[in-house]
Amino acid sequence: MNEALTLLSFGDQGWGDTIARGVLVTVTLALATLPFGLVIGFVIALAKNSSEPSLKLAANIYTTIFRGLPELLTLFLVYFGVQIGLNELVKLAGYDIYFEVNSFVAGMVALSLVFSSFASEAFLSAFRGIPHGQFEGGYALGLSRFQTMLLVILPQLIRLALPALGNLWLILLKETALVSIIGLEDTLRESSIAARVTKEPFLFFGIACLIYLVLAIISSSGLARIERWSKRGEVRR
Amino acid sequence: MRVLRMAAAAVAILAVVGGAEAKDWSKVRIGTEGAYPPFNSLTADGQLIGFDVDIAKALCEEMKVECEFVTSDWDGIIPGLQAGKFDAIIASMSITEERKQKVDFTNKYYNTPPAIAVPKDSKIAGTSDADLKGIALGAQSSTTHSNYAEEKLPSADLKLYPTPDEYKLDIANGRIDAVVDDVVVLSDWLATDDGACCKILGTLTPDLVINGEGAGIAIRKEDGELKDMMNEALAAILANGKYKEINDKYFTFDVYGG
Amino acid sequence: MIAPNPRTGLKPPPLAKRPWTATKITGHVLMAFWAISGVYLLTYLLGNLEKPILELALPFLSGEWEVYASDRIATHKFDSFLGRYGDKYISGFLVTLKIVGLSLLFGAALSIPIAAARSSKWKILSRPAYAYVYFFRGTPLLAQTFLIYYGFGSFRPELQSIGLWWFFRDAFYCIIFAFSLNTSAYQAEILRGAVQNISRGQWEGAQALGLSKPVTFFKIILPQALMVALRPYGNEIILMIKGSAIAAIITIYDLMGETRRAYSRTYDFQAYIWAAVIYLMIVETLRRVWDRIEARLTRHLIR
Repeated sequence: MNEALTLLSFGDQGWGDTIARGVLVTVTLALATLPFGLVIGFVIALAKNSSEPSLKLAANIYTTIFRGLPELLTLFLVYFGVQIGLNELVKLAGYDIYFEVNSFVAGMVALSLVFSSFASEAFLSAFRGIPHGQFEGGYALGLSRFQTMLLVILPQLIRLALPALGNLWLILLKETALVSIIGLEDTLRESSIAARVTKEPFLFFGIACLIYLVLAIISSSGLARIERWSKRGEVRR
Repeated sequence: MRVLRMAAAAVAILAVVGGAEAKDWSKVRIGTEGAYPPFNSLTADGQLIGFDVDIAKALCEEMKVECEFVTSDWDGIIPGLQAGKFDAIIASMSITEERKQKVDFTNKYYNTPPAIAVPKDSKIAGTSDADLKGIALGAQSSTTHSNYAEEKLPSADLKLYPTPDEYKLDIANGRIDAVVDDVVVLSDWLATDDGACCKILGTLTPDLVINGEGAGIAIRKEDGELKDMMNEALAAILANGKYKEINDKYFTFDVYGG
Repeated sequence: MIAPNPRTGLKPPPLAKRPWTATKITGHVLMAFWAISGVYLLTYLLGNLEKPILELALPFLSGEWEVYASDRIATHKFDSFLGRYGDKYISGFLVTLKIVGLSLLFGAALSIPIAAARSSKWKILSRPAYAYVYFFRGTPLLAQTFLIYYGFGSFRPELQSIGLWWFFRDAFYCIIFAFSLNTSAYQAEILRGAVQNISRGQWEGAQALGLSKPVTFFKIILPQALMVALRPYGNEIILMIKGSAIAAIITIYDLMGETRRAYSRTYDFQAYIWAAVIYLMIVETLRRVWDRIEARLTRHLIR
């Protein structure tokens, strides 16, 4: 038991500080992905909700692809493919600069693609929960389309989509673990380095699992608070 | 017709812009793995050490260029070169036909044979395909050793690992019965506490097509100039004794090979 | 043209023209983007066929064409990517199906007692079941796989003494074990949710008819619950197929494993493109088939 505590301590002897840095990377990655995923997901939902068939179809292709591919594969496609593609394009244009897609950015892009396609479904079903009269009411008050969307629809939409989005956030937190495979030093990667060096795989992978569990518990209680806050205006019936 | 002419003009302009760019090699970025002791590895505080690293530093000194090291996972090291994350790979990469399709190589800078290591109490008799029938054989993926096992040892049950660290973990706990890797890499590992479990069963006769003529420095195909610079510098350090000095720092025998 | 109304002789008003609004333009631009990407991808992948087709055609060509064709063939030093790795992809695909199929089956069997314990009145049963479900749903599948594969690997002497080492020695059994535990937690929640969804009236009705509790459960509650659970079960299968890609990380040659092997030997990016095409086809086919099944099984519920 004492040995395990030494291994987990902070400082020269222990791996505590290394793993803590990994946790920071995990949380940063998830938080950095969230806004992109939400905004893209919302735009995709708008496209799916539009009356223009071509726009609907384009949005549906997007979600079909990124919901159907394994997340790990999406990650590899972005990590290797986008870099090769970008550099080919730049070369074609005759410039001699090169882009580097590092593993953090690759992870962020891949996870945003996946998150946004699932989030678009959450937003879409929330849209269906808002009666059409809400739009009409907005227009009748003289609000522009943009104002109606921003001031009338969006607040209700967020409230309706919140439970589904909360679930997606929990999934996102877990999926960040995949970036450890393309070399980003997140919680899982730091733990597996520690496991290899110390030959204590059970201890360190167990710790990694517990860390993710704690992150999930913190998120759940945070989400519950946000949900309560979002419903504060609801009349009790 | 007008469209065609305009397109031709555009292509010509692009070609001029592209061709006018001559690369300036005052600074070279070297890619390496950092997980393949004694050739290249990372110390606890993140310093790169090893034979490859010292050779690279000697070459840079000889070429009078500034060198910067970049570490990359082995699986992604050739894509990384192609994508421009670094300009040369000095990471014990064997010169093979398959790799030559994608990148160019300098002359070899060392050549050591592959070998098979087994647990000390192993009952495996020899290193032939028949001896290894049905045993679980570990190797690092994307290496000449894994290709060798696939082609020459088809009766063994090959397991591929991303880095040597994982196969070391699995042979220590008995999940695999043998590993194949470079003889120097294996000997170096067996000399540590970590490798106390195992012994070398025997070396393998390299196959020129699979194992190639030795380890070379990989360069992008379009960077012929850098390749020539590297080859000259390599010849120079071989001639002036610098190579031998580095060789003797790490090994008790000559790794340059015949 | 629409015929005028025979009674009134009036023509219907013309259909409203759909003007080129910003949305329409955006939609068309995006569709053009997808179409171009699709065509590019197709030509890229069909490049594989150049050598075999030219080789087939060579005996029938002459003069200039023959020279051109043999020149083109000479540029392909190796066989095409598909020629070399096609079989590997098929075997990888079968391994993926095997992993997913077995894990789902074992997971389903395991989920029944877990769901039962989870909805039990006794805390001694429901608490551990809750912890189990929370653990497997709250941590990444990859971390669970590492924990089981490398973690249990370090307990070799203990496992040997109880005669279980043969099981944990094999990466394939390990992955089936890890995936089964994982999916059983999700399936238990699906099952529990579905059973709870059945209204109390169904239980009471059965009781009034004098049916015993087990008979009620298996003959009345479970069929209805499975109906409700169809959609989440379908989603779980898809999640499992996608999740199974991580088996490649622990030395298994599933579809993803073969892909990585092919890529590491050729550094040819189409390795990943083929994998993407195959995974998308599996998932889309499954989704459509599942929609059909669901529509058929629930057709009596449509009002």
